[in-house]
Amino acid sequence: MFPIRRSPGLCVLLLALAAGCRPEAPRPGERSLTVFAAASLAEPFGEMATAFERSGGGIPVRLNVAGSQQLAAQIVRGAVADVFAAADRDAMKFTADRGRVLEPAVLARNRLVVVAAARPDVDAVLVSLLNLATPGLKLVLAAPEVPAGRYARQALRNLSRAPGYGAEYADRVLENVVSDEVDVRAVLTKVKLGEADAGIVYASDVAGDGAAAQLAGVRVIEIPEAYDVEAEYVIAQLRSVDDSAAAAAFIGFALGPAGQAILERHGFLRRRTTP
Amino acid sequence: MKGAALAVRIFAGLAVGLVTAFLVLPVVALLLRVSPRGLLAELADPEVREALRLSLATSFAATALVVLLGLPLAWLLASARFPGKRILEVLVALPMVLPPTVAGLALLLAFGRAGLLGGAFSALGISIPFTTAAVVLAQMFVALPFFVGAAAAGIRGVSPLFGEVAATLGAPRWYAFLKVIVPLGLPGLVAGAAMGWARALGEFGATIIFAGNLAGVTRTMPLAVYVRFETDLESAVALSVTLLAVSFGVLLAVRTGPFGAPSDAVRAGR
Repeated sequence: MFPIRRSPGLCVLLLALAAGCRPEAPRPGERSLTVFAAASLAEPFGEMATAFERSGGGIPVRLNVAGSQQLAAQIVRGAVADVFAAADRDAMKFTADRGRVLEPAVLARNRLVVVAAARPDVDAVLVSLLNLATPGLKLVLAAPEVPAGRYARQALRNLSRAPGYGAEYADRVLENVVSDEVDVRAVLTKVKLGEADAGIVYASDVAGDGAAAQLAGVRVIEIPEAYDVEAEYVIAQLRSVDDSAAAAAFIGFALGPAGQAILERHGFLRRRTTP
Repeated sequence: MKGAALAVRIFAGLAVGLVTAFLVLPVVALLLRVSPRGLLAELADPEVREALRLSLATSFAATALVVLLGLPLAWLLASARFPGKRILEVLVALPMVLPPTVAGLALLLAFGRAGLLGGAFSALGISIPFTTAAVVLAQMFVALPFFVGAAAAGIRGVSPLFGEVAATLGAPRWYAFLKVIVPLGLPGLVAGAAMGWARALGEFGATIIFAGNLAGVTRTMPLAVYVRFETDLESAVALSVTLLAVSFGVLLAVRTGPFGAPSDAVRAGR
């Protein structure tokens, strides 16, 4: 009779499987909000999630942080989320064109900076932005599909028009790219580790709260404002969410004074309030 | 008793059906999403050909190195007794349970420019990250345990008597190993090499962290699939199907080849 004696274990297993398959029933009082946010928004949105939970109806926020283009792809392929905050309009448009989000609003602005590994050999070679074109320099950028990567390539093209840089500056710099990273934080990490000589990241990645920790191992080289790219972050509510009011409340919080103050503290620029 | 036996049979039948469907359905889903025309169009894309060439070159190089360097270790683990052997066995198996991203980070901290051996490599003028060599190293790291484990099991399955007989006939130990033990344990070695190769071909996490992602240098097929998933799903599916076809072809060739699955024959005493 030993198969019978074994069967309780089997029952437990089957029950566990069955329980796992049960569709999530809406449980009042157990609301939660899923927010998909660009990698560069990790810290301010973490803080915002806590502040929103405390201030509002106590709705917990679950954050999913990755490259905007990756989040957009996930949303289009049916990922369940309530709010999407992207680092550029392209990623948002990708989801809007497929009818997945409502009208987006501008969330914040950001600038780009060059980060250099704090190593004597790099210090000697990389003094100004012109040196990014030095043959053999190991440069990492976010991939062209990633907003930060697109902005970085735009900034390099802008610099090609600057006096003394030369029209082929951007191409020469791009020759030095040793890796197309999947998000902007991976770029910063490879430079911080000293594996890459330099990279291009957002100003907010190396500024604001916790900048000291972010800056360990890197040296920042500013890009002159005339040639820098202004990254524009947008936020939108997803279509057909369970709790539309909560999603709208979170977006309102992010765009309101409390949310904007948090973003500013993390090195983002305030959104322009005039249309 | 009879009822219980029947219940077990029904469960076993259901389980076989379920598990087979579970493994086959995702593959079918991939195949249903791609047209032969689309597949050919992708294969004409130079970037795809580049990724495929890179994947094949690195995975075969990694497998060759794993077999060459892993065989002595497998022999040691299969035939020698020494203190700390259990610990060594666990250490060798460790990369199998490490998440590939952890493996990538560990490789970077060990062999990166700023890593443990970075200074030594710099002195030699070598920098490993962001090179094709880094891709091969990442693949070796994850493939070695599969080969060493299977090869050790294969060697253990050969009776030590064969080696002893060869020794009494005057053969040195290494000669007896290469000429007697290796041929007899070949099915295990081939299965281990095939498993290691498959793991190397599919390597993603350690590669993207340790080697980076650059077309033609470090962007292997799994990385190309990942990059394209975000921009061009049809292309990602076509690339996946290509990778699937290559893996299926190689594994089938290994299974049906001369050293394929004669494990049953060996057990039957043939």
